[in-house]
Amino acid sequence: MKIDKLVKMANEIAAYFDADPDRNAAADGLASHLSRFWDPRMRTQLLAWVDEGGGEGLAPLVREVIATRRPQLLPRTG
Amino acid sequence: MDSIHQPDLGTPTRSSTQTVTLTVDGVAVEVPAGSSVMHAAAQAGVRVPKLCATDTLEAFGSCRLCLVEIAGRRGFPASCTTLVEPGMTVTTQSPRLAQLRRGVMELYISDHPLDCLTCTANGNCELQDMAGVVGLRQVRYAQGANHLDARKDESNPYFSFDPSKCIVCSRCVRACEEIQGTFALTVLGRGFASTISPGGTAFLQSECVSCGACVQACPTATLTERSLERAGQPDHTVETTCAYCGVGCSFRAEMKGSEVVRMVPSKRGGANHGHSCVKGRFAWGYATHRDRVTKPMIRDSIHEGWREVGWDEAFAHTAARLRAIQARHGAGSIGAITSSRCTNEETYLVQKLVRAVFGNNNVDTCARVCHSPTGYGLKATLGESAGTQDFDSVEHADVIMVIGANPTDAHPVFASRLKKRLREGAALIVVDPRRIDLVRQPHVRAAQHLQLRPGTNVAIINALAHVIVREGLHQEAYVRERCEHDAYDKWKAFITADENSPEALEPVTGVPAAAVREAARLYATARNAAIYYGLGVTEHSQGSTMVMGIANLAMVAGQLGRPGVGVNPLRGQNNVQGSCDMGSFPHELPGYRHVSDPAVRALFKSAWGVDVQPDPGLRIPNMFDAALDGSFKGLYVQGEDIAQSDPDTHHVQAALEAMECVIVQDLFINETAKYAHVFFPGATFLEKDGTFTNAERRINRVRRATPPKSGLADWEITMKLAQAMGVAMHYDHPSEIMDEIARLTPTFHGVSYEKLDRLGSIQWPCNDAAPEGTPVMHVGQFVRGKGRFAITRYVATPERTSSKFPLILTTGRILSQYNVGAQTRRTDNVVWHAEDVLEIHPHDAEQRGIVDGDLVAVASRAGETVLRAHLTERVQPGVVYTTFHHPESGANVVTTENSDWATNCPEYKVTAVQVRRTSARSPWQRSFDAFSHEQAGLLPGGSDAAE
Ligand code: SF4
Ligand code: SF4
Ligand code: SF4
Ligand code: FES
Repeated sequence: MKIDKLVKMANEIAAYFDADPDRNAAADGLASHLSRFWDPRMRTQLLAWVDEGGGEGLAPLVREVIATRRPQLLPRTG
Repeated sequence: MDSIHQPDLGTPTRSSTQTVTLTVDGVAVEVPAGSSVMHAAAQAGVRVPKLCATDTLEAFGSCRLCLVEIAGRRGFPASCTTLVEPGMTVTTQSPRLAQLRRGVMELYISDHPLDCLTCTANGNCELQDMAGVVGLRQVRYAQGANHLDARKDESNPYFSFDPSKCIVCSRCVRACEEIQGTFALTVLGRGFASTISPGGTAFLQSECVSCGACVQACPTATLTERSLERAGQPDHTVETTCAYCGVGCSFRAEMKGSEVVRMVPSKRGGANHGHSCVKGRFAWGYATHRDRVTKPMIRDSIHEGWREVGWDEAFAHTAARLRAIQARHGAGSIGAITSSRCTNEETYLVQKLVRAVFGNNNVDTCARVCHSPTGYGLKATLGESAGTQDFDSVEHADVIMVIGANPTDAHPVFASRLKKRLREGAALIVVDPRRIDLVRQPHVRAAQHLQLRPGTNVAIINALAHVIVREGLHQEAYVRERCEHDAYDKWKAFITADENSPEALEPVTGVPAAAVREAARLYATARNAAIYYGLGVTEHSQGSTMVMGIANLAMVAGQLGRPGVGVNPLRGQNNVQGSCDMGSFPHELPGYRHVSDPAVRALFKSAWGVDVQPDPGLRIPNMFDAALDGSFKGLYVQGEDIAQSDPDTHHVQAALEAMECVIVQDLFINETAKYAHVFFPGATFLEKDGTFTNAERRINRVRRATPPKSGLADWEITMKLAQAMGVAMHYDHPSEIMDEIARLTPTFHGVSYEKLDRLGSIQWPCNDAAPEGTPVMHVGQFVRGKGRFAITRYVATPERTSSKFPLILTTGRILSQYNVGAQTRRTDNVVWHAEDVLEIHPHDAEQRGIVDGDLVAVASRAGETVLRAHLTERVQPGVVYTTFHHPESGANVVTTENSDWATNCPEYKVTAVQVRRTSARSPWQRSFDAFSHEQAGLLPGGSDAAE
C-alpha cells in the first residue's frame, strides 16, 4: 500500500491519543489501536519502512510506539 | 382506507395504569382511565357504529353516528368523545339510537355517488359498512345540491383524491396534523360547503410529503392508492419490515396471489405504530422493474459480454476463480463486503464465508462509510455499539438535541414522532450547518440553531461540555457513581481549560458563544434531554471523536439510563445496526467481540470447525489500496454499490479494475457491477425470510410475500458459494441461521423466530437477564461496567479551503430518494427528485454570476463534476450542498480520501471546492456516459438494462 497513506493514517490516530496528558497511556492507546484495527500487512509495511528509511514524516508518538512497543505491532501468531 | 382485517378500536389506547370498570350492553369491562366509551365498548366486543373516529387519531365527534345511551344521563352522547367513568352503564343499541343513526347515514348517502359496485373501496369501505350496520334501506332526500361533480385530483403518482366521495369527516386533516405533523390539508368553507383541500392547490404542488397517513385514515374511497385502483382489493396480507431506512417500519404487504397490491403500515409495528413515509408506503415498484436481472451471469474481463449461466455453473466458476486467486496470491488476497440492506442472516453468512471459508478476516460493510464511528465511539465510552433508547423514549424527552441529522428527510417516521413531542412543548436544539426543515416547521421552532461551520463538530461539543462543567450544571454524583474516576478527572481538567470555552471557539465554529451557552444550559438542566444524531456527526475526520464527545456530554449531564434521555444514532439504511451486530467488521466477530480474543475464537471454532484468524482484516478503503498494490484480487460484494457510494470515485474505479474477480450480488446492474466478472441476481425484501435490526436495536421479521425471481434468496446464494468452495454449510431456513447466531452471541441468546412471531419484535440485548429484550440500555450501570470519559481534542480537518477551493461542499439526502437511489430511482418517486442539484447561497452565486438552474462545475482536489445550481438560504455563505442519489451526478468524484482517524469512515461532509458556471458535462461524466453505454451493450441482448 502507498506508504504516505499509512503515514497519514498513523499520524491522525496519534493526533487523537496525543491529547492524553499521560504519555505512557497515549503510547499504549496508539499501539493498541494499530494492533486491533490494522490488517497485519499494513503494520508490517509501516515497520519495514521505518526500519529502512527512518520514518520521515511520522509523528513523534508513532515513532515512540514503534521503538518501545514493537512486539505488539507484529502479526499475531494465533 | 386502513389495511384489511386490521382491528380499529375507535379511539387511541391510553397508557394510564389506573383502570376504570364499566358495563357496556351488559358486559363488564375494565379499561385504562382516560379511555373513551367507544374504546371500552370495542374492548367488550361491541362495535359502535362510527365514521369520524379511528384509533390512530384523537376523537373529534363530528359525525354523530356513534351515539349511545348512558344510564343517568340525558340525551345521546357521542361514545368517541365521552370518557369512561367508574360504574357507567352504557347501551349501544335501542330503537331510538337506530333511528338516529339511520337519519345520519341517510344524510351522508344522499350526497354520495352510489357507484359502490365499481368503486375501488368496494369490500373495504367504512361508509358502505356503516350503511349496512345501521340498516339503511332508503334515502328520502331528493337529489338537491351535492358534490357529485367535484373534480378528481390525480397529480400524486401514488394516490388519488376524489372529492365527490368525501364525507368531510376530517380524518385525513387530523392524520396529516396529528400523525405526520405536516399540516398540508385544510377544511375549506363551512357547513355543507366545506371541502377538503391540500392548501388550495393540487396534491403534488402542495406541502404534502406523500406519507400516506391521510389515505390510510380515509374511511371512504376519496383518498385511494392508485395501485388499488389498478389491482383491486387484496386477498391476504403478509406482515413484514420496510427495507429502506433505519427506522424499520412494520408493514402489511397486501397481496392478491403473489402480486403486491398495497403496502400499509402496521399498527403492531414497534417502531412506527402504524405510520410510514413515502418510500416504504409507496416506493416498492422497483421489485418488479424491468431492469431486474434474474439470471446469474459471468464474464472473463469487464470489457467482454456477459454470459447467462445456470446457478450451478455460476457457483462452480466463481469458486474455482476465488480458489485460484488464493493459490497464487495467498489466503488474504480475497474478501467480501456485506450489506446494510440485506438481512441479519445474510450478513452473518457472508462474514462466516469470509472467516470460515476464505480463511481470513477481510470482511467489511457499508457501515464503514456511515456509522462505523458510532460503533467505535459508543463502545469506547458506554460499552455497547448501539443507540441507547427505543423510539418511544422521545415521548418523555423535554429537550431534544438533533446533531448532524435531518430526520424529516432521512428518518421521516421518527421525525413525525419527534415533531409531535415538540408540539407538546419539548424544546429543540439543532446543531447543523444547514437550516434543516426541523428548524422551522408548522408549530415547531428550534429554541437554538447552532449553525456551525462544517468540520467543527468537536469544537461545539467541547464548548457545550465546558459550559456545563464550568457553570456547575453537571451531575457530579451520577458520574462518580457510574464512571471511571481517573478518566473523568483527566477529562475534566481538559474540558474546563479556557481553550474549550465557547468564546475561544467562536472563531472556529462561527457560532455565537451566547447561543452555545444557552443550548448547554437547556440541555443540562432539562429533566430529560435526549440527543439524536446522524451522518453529519460520523462522516468527518473526527467522526469517532465527536461520537465520544456526545457520550461525554450525556454522561456528565446524567442524561443516560432512563426513558426520555440517551444518545441515539439515526441509522441510514435499514439494517446498519444489524450488519454491524453480525460481525461485518474486519476486527470483530458477531456481538462486537474482537478477533484477537482467544475465548471468542475458540467458541466459533467449536461451532464452525475451523480456526478464526486472530488479526484484523482489511477495511473497505484498505481493500482498494491493497488492490492497487496487487495484494488483493478478489471481492464478493453483496447488495452494495461501492463504485457509487464510496468517496473518491476515480480511486475506487481504478481499484475495481485492478482486481481479477469481482462478484456483485444485487437486484440491478449497479455501478459496481459494471466492473464485475460475476453477477449473482439478488432478491428483494419481498422475496425472502429474515430479520432487520433498526436504529433502536429492534429485530423485526422480514417475511417472504412472493418467491425470489432468480429462484434463490440471498442467503442461499452465499451458502451455495460456500459449498462450491468445498465447505459443508447447510441451512434449510433463515430461522436456523438465527438459531446459530443466538447460540454464539450473548446479546442474542434469547432470540428466535418463534419468539419474534409471538412478540412482534425484540430489542437486543435479549437473553436470560432480559428475556423480552431491552428498550432502554445502561439503566443503573453502563454496559461497559464504568463509563469512560474520552479526551476529545478538536483537530481541524486536513481538508482546508484555499483561494483555489474557497467553498465547503457538504452532502446529504432527501426524503423521496434513498441512498444510491438504485431502488427509488426506479419508482415514481422521481417526480420529486429527478436529479441531484447543488444548493448554493445567493451571495456566493452572485459573486460567480450563477443564477438558479445554471449548470455549474464543482471542482475539488479529487475531481470535478457538473450539477445544476439551486439558490437557497438554507445553506450559509461559503457552504454548498448536494445529495448523491444519482450516479451520473458523480458527487463522489469530488469527495476526497480523507477519513475518520479511528475507523476510516470517509469525510463526506467536508470537501473544499470551487464552483463556476459551465455549459457542458464534466470529463468524468462524459467518460461515465461512454462506459455506461459500453456496459449496457455487453448485457445479454445488449439491452438498455444498465443505468
Ligand atoms: S400524504 Fe401525508 S403529508 Fe400528504 S396530505 Fe396525506 S397525511 Fe399529509
Ligand atoms: S377525504 Fe376521506 S378522510 Fe378526508 S374528510 Fe373526506 S372522507 Fe374524510
Ligand atoms: S423508509 Fe424508513 S421511515 Fe419510511 S417507511 Fe421505510 S422504515 Fe419507515
Ligand atoms: S365516530 Fe363519534 S362522532 Fe363520529
